[in-house]
Amino acid sequence: MSELIRVEHLVKTYHLGEVQVPALKGVDLTVQAGELVAIMGASGSGKSTFMNIIGCLDRPTQGRYYIEGTDVSSLSKDELARIRNEKIGFVFQTFNLLSRTSALENVELPLFYNSTSSRDRRQRAMEALISVGLKGREHHVPNQLSGGQQQRVAIARALINRPSLILADEPTGNLDSRTSLEIMDIFQKLNQDSRITIILVTHEPDIARYASRQVVFRDGKIIKDESFQPRQAAEDLSQYPSPIEEGAIP
Amino acid sequence: MNFPMTMRIAFKALGRNKMRSGLTMLGIIIGVGAVIAMIAIGSGAKARIQEQIASMGSNLLIVLSGSATSGGFRWGSGSVPTLTVEDSKAIASELSAVKYAAPVLQGVTQIVFGNQNWATVTFATTPEALLIRDWPVVKGRSLTQADVDGAAKVCLLGQTVADNLFGEMDPVGQIVRVKKFPFTVVGVLADKGQTTWGQDQDDVVYVPLTTGQRLLFGQQFPGMVRSVSVQATGPDTMKLAEEQITQLLRQRHRIRANQDNDFSVRNLTEAMSAAEESAKVMSILLGAIASISLLVGGIGIMNIMLVSVTERTHEIGIRMAVGARGRDILYQFLIEALVLSLIGGLVGIVIGVGASKLVSQFFKWPTLISINALLLSFSFAGGVGIFFGFYPARKAAQLDPIEALRYE
Repeated sequence: MSELIRVEHLVKTYHLGEVQVPALKGVDLTVQAGELVAIMGASGSGKSTFMNIIGCLDRPTQGRYYIEGTDVSSLSKDELARIRNEKIGFVFQTFNLLSRTSALENVELPLFYNSTSSRDRRQRAMEALISVGLKGREHHVPNQLSGGQQQRVAIARALINRPSLILADEPTGNLDSRTSLEIMDIFQKLNQDSRITIILVTHEPDIARYASRQVVFRDGKIIKDESFQPRQAAEDLSQYPSPIEEGAIP
Repeated sequence: MNFPMTMRIAFKALGRNKMRSGLTMLGIIIGVGAVIAMIAIGSGAKARIQEQIASMGSNLLIVLSGSATSGGFRWGSGSVPTLTVEDSKAIASELSAVKYAAPVLQGVTQIVFGNQNWATVTFATTPEALLIRDWPVVKGRSLTQADVDGAAKVCLLGQTVADNLFGEMDPVGQIVRVKKFPFTVVGVLADKGQTTWGQDQDDVVYVPLTTGQRLLFGQQFPGMVRSVSVQATGPDTMKLAEEQITQLLRQRHRIRANQDNDFSVRNLTEAMSAAEESAKVMSILLGAIASISLLVGGIGIMNIMLVSVTERTHEIGIRMAVGARGRDILYQFLIEALVLSLIGGLVGIVIGVGASKLVSQFFKWPTLISINALLLSFSFAGGVGIFFGFYPARKAAQLDPIEALRYE
């Protein structure tokens, strides 16, 4: 297994007026390609700051961050945008889809920013939507879709550029437990079948059980980092007594 | 990010808020429309003045005979005929800067035809006078040298006189009476319209100089004329012609160095040029005032773009998260502002052209629409869009992706 991410002594300090607020106090972590990592911790533990830096949305105050061997900590804003576009797919708790824009166009969005031809764009977006089980919903706008379906659109968008890393920030935070399982099932399949590395932030231990590694943050530091055999979401899903059909508003 | 894509995004974004986009455009529409209409009205006025200058005759100088002094009263220019027909001939033949010169006698006479009569200005002059004024006949023939030589009792009528005496009838060949003498109408002059100061140039009758001298005006001072119309060889020789005429006439009238002229030379084209200049100033002024409304329209664009950037902060955050660079966001908003202003510009052109047509239709005010004015105001609208769109667009481009994503 090759090394996908390595952070060395990552420090992030926010300046709120005169006060300096340390969010990360020296974090070291290595993630191999193909891992499914759950990052846990209470709010204020620094996990969101960590995810922002891993996602190239923010830059560390100190320390090094390598993604596929490239030192990202010193790149310019534009170069970071390029890394986000090519190597990283984001999935957010609040889905973050463009409102009043069809599912298909939402999924196409990352391709606007890397000069993909329009035919290619459409085809790839369709494929991505089919792969998350949303065939036939491509022309629905977000508020015509259920939460689970919106999150699937977001996952399709994250997948469109065939990223090496998917960052999911509380992806099940706004979903009921069955839908959460479905989403975790998608993540596990992507991880096991397509060997995509997934890092997800969650504060629900139930969700973290589906990851093969758990990293726990507290006060800006990693206090626990352990690997174990994950539960399989598909199995749990099959044991759900009465699968509730997702009531999408047509 | 490619251009057609950005255009599509811009149109879509503008289409989402049709009312708002429309109102924002309205500022530009009114601005561009006003600029075009105002320039059209201004240049229409200028064109009319130029037309009038041309109708007066180009490079025209008028030599007026001097003022009379009797019993301590000084009468106005031309009150005493000091110019002679010989002076006119000398001006025409001896001076290099002069093309034509025509001696003119004039007075108000009553013209009678049948039971109709009409008081008008009668000019007694030579055929050159009509050449100087570049005045053709529309019916019949003009005055000839033979008419002057033979003191023929013929006359040319201006349009106004012809209309008043003859109505629908053809005046050519009819006999009219001028101061009880019968004159044959040989022609009707072309319509010249009004002068800048509103005088009807067509309210006029022309008779041969000699006939006028003998029958109508010449009894008191034989051989004298009231004025001489002169055409210089070109616009550049006007000043020279004026000097040459002054010199020649002082010589011929034996005026000593310390004596005043007993004549005066008037440059009418100069006066008209001043009028033209003022029309030009008016045109610029109208254009400038209209431009201000275009500027206000631009501020409207800036205002709405700022609102739009704030409203769409979350969208900007999403776009940045999936890989949009600052400049992609900048272009997106800049093109939106540009689309707003250019569509506004196009509609403004249509409205401006329409408004100028209406003005000329209903107010009988001449308007002139030039392609240059259209292009200028259209590109000005585009410039306004870019100028006022840049600040909001840059503000959007400089947003922090994390902050923008969190913004609700």
